[in-house]
Amino acid sequence: MSGDPIYTEMIIEYSRNPSNFGKLENPHIHRHDSNPLCGDSIDLYVNVDGTKITEVKFDGKGCAICMACTSVLTEMIQGKSLEEIKNFKKDDLLTELGLEHLIKTSPVRIKCALLSLKALKHGIYSYFVEKMNDVEAAGNLKEEAASLY
Amino acid sequence: MQSAQYSLDSVRNDFPVLKRKVRDNKALVYLDNAATTQKPIQVIDAITDYYKNHNSNIHRAVHALAEESTEAFEATRGKIAKFLNVANSNEIIFVRGTTEAINLVAYAWGRDNVQKGDIVVTTEYEHHSNIVPWQILTQETGAELRYIDIDKNGELMLEQLDEHLATGRVKLVAVSHVSNVLGTITDIKEIITKCKNAGAKILVDGAQAVPHMKVDISDLDCDFYAFSAHKMLGPTGVGVLWARKELLENMRPFQGGGDMIREVHKYETTYNDLPYKFEAGTPNVADVICFAAAIDYLTKIGMDNVRNHEIELTKYALEKMSKVKGLVIYGPKDPNKQGGVISFNFKDVHPHDVATIIDKNGIAIRSGHHCAQVLMEKLDVAATNRASFYIYTIKQEVDALIDSLEYVAKVFKL
Repeated sequence: MSGDPIYTEMIIEYSRNPSNFGKLENPHIHRHDSNPLCGDSIDLYVNVDGTKITEVKFDGKGCAICMACTSVLTEMIQGKSLEEIKNFKKDDLLTELGLEHLIKTSPVRIKCALLSLKALKHGIYSYFVEKMNDVEAAGNLKEEAASLY
Repeated sequence: MQSAQYSLDSVRNDFPVLKRKVRDNKALVYLDNAATTQKPIQVIDAITDYYKNHNSNIHRAVHALAEESTEAFEATRGKIAKFLNVANSNEIIFVRGTTEAINLVAYAWGRDNVQKGDIVVTTEYEHHSNIVPWQILTQETGAELRYIDIDKNGELMLEQLDEHLATGRVKLVAVSHVSNVLGTITDIKEIITKCKNAGAKILVDGAQAVPHMKVDISDLDCDFYAFSAHKMLGPTGVGVLWARKELLENMRPFQGGGDMIREVHKYETTYNDLPYKFEAGTPNVADVICFAAAIDYLTKIGMDNVRNHEIELTKYALEKMSKVKGLVIYGPKDPNKQGGVISFNFKDVHPHDVATIIDKNGIAIRSGHHCAQVLMEKLDVAATNRASFYIYTIKQEVDALIDSLEYVAKVFKL
């Protein structure tokens, strides 16, 4: 039973001590999302300075995979431009945690892994459309969020 | 592997899927019986036989196949009536499942009998199917929805029912016979007596009771009783609503269409007699017919033996689980007060992680909110793990579960 392909030291460690866990008051972007079938539920908070992400936090309840992936995502996007986020692929996140095999092996658990990325893409879409009034800049972020899993 | 009342070996032999290997060639340990049970070869053969030899629509055509199918379909109705000690089999309405049965009552009875200012009572440990229809009904009619809360043992605080009933405004109490998450067996007779005394109608969600213990509807004397075939060795897509004849006769139809009519004219229709008034359209003929084989199977084993087997397993599992490090068990924790259902969590480990890890050993349990988010809120958890047993579950399978849980504790360094 050793050498678990999912529950690596890294995942367990992140799930125990998530990064950027907490809340931002009046953030530029706030997106809540959940997986109704498994109960992962997160809130993602992002502040933006012009076109760059300056601050990210999240809170909520979820499984080890969800907590670890959300933690790593918040670390990865810190300081990135919104344009870069548009090009951010699910593999970019999954590879970071060694979870790319989940796409093939676990159609159920992939949702846990990608919930935060879905929330992020959708959150940025809403930010462009609702706060910046710039539908063009939002591109197909919404469709992309919806088709992550 | 033998239990005192029936041969577990021969029962297990009747279930082809129990011979399966899953994941890395691990023997399947199926502990998700509260979600759905496996099917014995007798049920599988019955459905094959129906499609091979008898397939036909029912109730109308006069040809041989139609006659055979109609007879088998109606024979199942009679069999179910007998199984539940119901004298009039026309009170047995076939539906898709417990969910549809409850929605039928909410629509066809609720809309004419629940008005603004009335109260519908449900409980904190209901499945969504016994909450959402009542939310829709009360929101539509301006009635009020109230709850009976649970105590720390996962049992209903019946004094709250007394308070609700004392308002004199309660029209319906809707409660599960057995909780699908905690396994708690509701003191249903006490609730029915209270409702009768207060003039409130009582609907019982028996989805987790009929498969696991003797249910005598005449003795219960409730107003509505609902359950599903697939949780008791039968096929998916078949459920039963039982209701008293006087109620059914005075209810409006649920769906309009074929079979539920007596005469249709351009602008008016007279409805068919019971039970057909509530069975619009071609029913799930094949699955209803093969459900009879499931009833026969359970009747042969005996429902008291089913219950005793589950008491024994639950006792065994509770004892062993209470020794696993970091494990929190919800509910009564008393085999005599609960069905063969145990919900649990590891402190600080999400149930989906537990289920994923032990799935690799071939162990199938359920993790999630079990369609009971109101209860999850009460327990203050996002989800739980749930192991649930049935007639073919053996102690060795409980042991396999325990070994895997101990491994989880190790992985998560509990």
